[in-house]
Amino acid sequence: MFIIDCPWCGTRDQSEFTTHGEAHITRPEDPETLDDAEWAQYVFYRNNVKGWYRERWVHSSGCGRWFNLLRNTASDAIAASYRPEDPLPPLPEDSY
Amino acid sequence: MQRSEQGGHIDRNTPISFRFNGHNYTGFDGDTLASALLANGVQLVGRSFKYHRPRGIMTNGPEEPNGMVQLETGAYSQPNILATMLPLYEGLEAKSQNCWPNVHFDLLSINQLFSALLPAGFYYKTFMWPKDWWLWYEKWIRRSAGLGVASKLPDPDHYCHVHEHTDLLIIGGGAAGLTAALAAGRLGAKIVLADERNAMGGSLLNEPSADVADSEIAVQIDGLSPKEWRDQTLAELQAMPNVRLLPATTITHYGHQNHLVGAQRIDEKQKPSGQRLRQILWRFRAKQVILATGAIERGPVFGNNDRPGIMTSGSLRGYINHYGLDAGRNVALFTNNDSAYRTALDLLRIGSTVQIIDYRSSTDSPDARLALQRGAIIQMNAAVTNCSGGARIREVHSHQLNPDDTLDKKSKRTVSADILAVSSGWTPTVHLWSQAKGTLRFREDIQGYVPDTISCAALAAGSCNGDNTLSQCLQSGHQTGIEAAKRLGLSGAEPTLATIHAPSDQHEQIVKPLFIVPAAQDKAKRFVDVQNDSTAAGIALARREGFRSVELVKRYTTTGMGTDQGKLGNMNAIGILADIAGKPIPEVGITTYRPPFTPLSFGALGGASRKGLYEQIRPTPIHHWHVDHGAIFEDVGDWKRARYYPQAGEDMYQAVQRESLAVRTTCGIFDGSTLGKIDLQGPDCVKLLNMLYTNAWDKLPVGRCRYGIMLNEHGMIFDDGVTSRLDTHHYHMTTTTGGAASVLGWIEEMLQTEWRDWQVHATSVTDHWAVVALNGPKARDILQSVTDTAIDAETLPFMAYTEANIAGIPARIFRISFTGEIAFEINVPARYGLALWQALMVAGKEYGITPYGTETMHLLRAEKGFIIVGQDTDGTVTPDDAGLDWLVSKKKPDFLGKRSLRRSDSARSGRKQLVGLTTNDGKTVLPEGTHIIETATANPPMQTLGHVTSSYYSPVLDYPIAMAVLRNGRARMGETVYAVNPADNSSTAMTVCDPVFYDKEGGKARG
Repeated sequence: MFIIDCPWCGTRDQSEFTTHGEAHITRPEDPETLDDAEWAQYVFYRNNVKGWYRERWVHSSGCGRWFNLLRNTASDAIAASYRPEDPLPPLPEDSY
Repeated sequence: MQRSEQGGHIDRNTPISFRFNGHNYTGFDGDTLASALLANGVQLVGRSFKYHRPRGIMTNGPEEPNGMVQLETGAYSQPNILATMLPLYEGLEAKSQNCWPNVHFDLLSINQLFSALLPAGFYYKTFMWPKDWWLWYEKWIRRSAGLGVASKLPDPDHYCHVHEHTDLLIIGGGAAGLTAALAAGRLGAKIVLADERNAMGGSLLNEPSADVADSEIAVQIDGLSPKEWRDQTLAELQAMPNVRLLPATTITHYGHQNHLVGAQRIDEKQKPSGQRLRQILWRFRAKQVILATGAIERGPVFGNNDRPGIMTSGSLRGYINHYGLDAGRNVALFTNNDSAYRTALDLLRIGSTVQIIDYRSSTDSPDARLALQRGAIIQMNAAVTNCSGGARIREVHSHQLNPDDTLDKKSKRTVSADILAVSSGWTPTVHLWSQAKGTLRFREDIQGYVPDTISCAALAAGSCNGDNTLSQCLQSGHQTGIEAAKRLGLSGAEPTLATIHAPSDQHEQIVKPLFIVPAAQDKAKRFVDVQNDSTAAGIALARREGFRSVELVKRYTTTGMGTDQGKLGNMNAIGILADIAGKPIPEVGITTYRPPFTPLSFGALGGASRKGLYEQIRPTPIHHWHVDHGAIFEDVGDWKRARYYPQAGEDMYQAVQRESLAVRTTCGIFDGSTLGKIDLQGPDCVKLLNMLYTNAWDKLPVGRCRYGIMLNEHGMIFDDGVTSRLDTHHYHMTTTTGGAASVLGWIEEMLQTEWRDWQVHATSVTDHWAVVALNGPKARDILQSVTDTAIDAETLPFMAYTEANIAGIPARIFRISFTGEIAFEINVPARYGLALWQALMVAGKEYGITPYGTETMHLLRAEKGFIIVGQDTDGTVTPDDAGLDWLVSKKKPDFLGKRSLRRSDSARSGRKQLVGLTTNDGKTVLPEGTHIIETATANPPMQTLGHVTSSYYSPVLDYPIAMAVLRNGRARMGETVYAVNPADNSSTAMTVCDPVFYDKEGGKARG
């Protein structure tokens, strides 16, 4: 269990949050123009990295807001917590 | 062993009486159960797990493999308590585990005679076939291989959880932990110092007390004896406002970001009474952590190395110096390092005859020189190969070593011994470091793994870091404490360390690698993991059978899988594997350390979260009426829903038949308050609904309701419900009871992450509204009798909405029907729910209004072929599969899941489709989940066509009805299909039909 800095509420225990996998996967503008493979990329395919990862979280037992974490999946170090509209924080130097 | 005349850090003025295995004994305050038993000459404490060999106390710490007892009786009884860690208290009652009928005469020790039949993996290989016998096997295995027994009574004690944020958590209150706390504490750090023992001090308490210490070799710290210095240091720490001491607290879990969990045993020296807090589970968040967890001494593997009377050397020293015990007349010591000579000197001081068998060819330890001068017999370059005796050791057999460390077979020597103390090195206690994903490094000079790198803010000090002598521990603790304070940004004059006088430490410590002694010609068992009865032969067997990885060998042989988690034996297992594989130890690797460090009680884990505080329930506002009227409830998520209302003598089937007929003929009343409700407001509501639902929402007028299904992006149905337009920019959405939270979550996710500029607010109002549904031909008459608002079929037609005042209560009426009858779903603010229900019951009395539960609701909707999401669908059902293609807009450019409906797999032919089924015999009700096949007899393996999703006996139709998903179902209308009962091969013939069984035209609901 780790501590997460909700961009709206501040630091809270992980048990208040729910994670929803890889961040920055935008729903295609016009799905009807995509072929099956392209659509499947959006629906099914996600990166599963060891190291720094941008992922979506929701403060489900708190304010209910969605945000993103830049978290190292190997060490659970968290480099940044940011709102969906915020500019992307840079990847930390160390790659684990 | 027995109590000596003097010495020890116990209070000889405070005798304590206790019971063990039905006998009364006396010990002293400051004893553990183990030391008190040894003082009373009780050596045999249990039987081994598999072979039921006699076992005695082997250690004086958390690594103890044998000294596990069943503590106390009845509701207070706890299994697997370590006698070595349990402080003695007045009235303590304990007994041995894993022996039947008793520890001295164990019938199952017959397993020893058959031990050749019980090799590693025996259970895996043998108890597999025939499978019908498994129940019998299991009973036998459980009886013969059990540990303690958990009480089946409710736990009368109290537990709680505490969250603690601190600058520095120091784990271990021994020499290193104390100097670390002193240094960091003096620099102002906020510290928690936790130690697993009631009496902090660690190995400092294994040094002789001042009254018996030998001035020539005694350790002195600032001119005090180690115990005196420890007392003084604890007093200083106690006085520091920034330091919190937590004795009797085992830190058992170390997770990422310095999240640590520990269990504190409160009032350990009080017999449990249910009157007070028994344990606190601490959850720490520490900016810095210092591990000063010490090291665990291990003994080598040799023949019959599990005999009672064999003890690790440092533990024996602890029993002599800490608890004031006499060891016995003849003591043999087997060692590969210098630490055992400290034990030898203490033994010589209390008058034992000491035989030392040293695996090394030489040592320059001053302690060894002194021991020799004082009469110890030292046999260098030798190894203990076996020992004999029954319930306790009597003789020790040793051999000289050849230059290549093989045995000189002709050199066998036998000495008599009451105790054999063993030491083959100190294994740093790196469990927590490793749990936190810290890496380890093998150090040849100490023959053990020490902490290497870690991503958490953690430091290691003392013997857990490989600093094995007392002076090294004091020094490294001090340095580490200063380093931690620096990392915390604290500055100040560097505190100074006490002056240490430790004559024995001032030479090079030499450890000669030793894990297993070569076997002499005998076939004696050589134990690697004493608690789990796993042997060197078992490890060799595992290797021969192809288990290469240390993790697999562990699981196959169960080495390290007992409650002690192999604290004594794991390093030997690795050494033996390295030897067999001909690889250096670091290449063999090490098994993963997992929490907990020592067993944790369920009481502590649960804390205050018990009963109602653990499992919350959601009653509806009308709940108590249902209770008062004998309803049987079902759990739907946290909700309690009335399932049916049995009248005298009715079972569920009869009650449901009666309730269903009442709805079809007069009127039923149903508590639908659990229905998910979401209030949608804002100018972009229509846009949102058009994306969420498959059908079009642009033209729904104010005051009208519409049914819709929602898909996930996979194109599969995930919820359904009716949404009503209350006002131009105001909608009331209903969801399934179970799907309420996920639908709101889905809406919020899309609004927050995809459509951030859309102006819609979505609010859960599930709990704000009580919902009472009136269904049946008389529903309108009853409702009209309590309201002035016109609700006739013209004013309030099917799928219309109005506000009304019902029996004085402001209400929303939705004319929607889940039964196919004339129906009104009446929403009132939750606090009026019961009043509304009661008013309707009074108004409906003359019509025979009948309350019905969820079971009847399910039956009635099945007669109409309405799906229940999650029962008739399972996440793999598209709208077309469910026969709901008419609900999918062909004109809308996009909605969630739309594109997936064209995916090759969603659009293919031959998918399972929802159909109805009737049984041809007109009476069999198939169990839900029944698989359906094309032939009247089953001939497995064969493909099924699908399965029954809903199944009932319809009272209004007077025959069984079922819904099913069937491959190519809609093309099979009128076909005969079968269900075969695997128990008796009986077969039921069924006819595929339309899933709408009752009132196909739907005229009744519109009436």
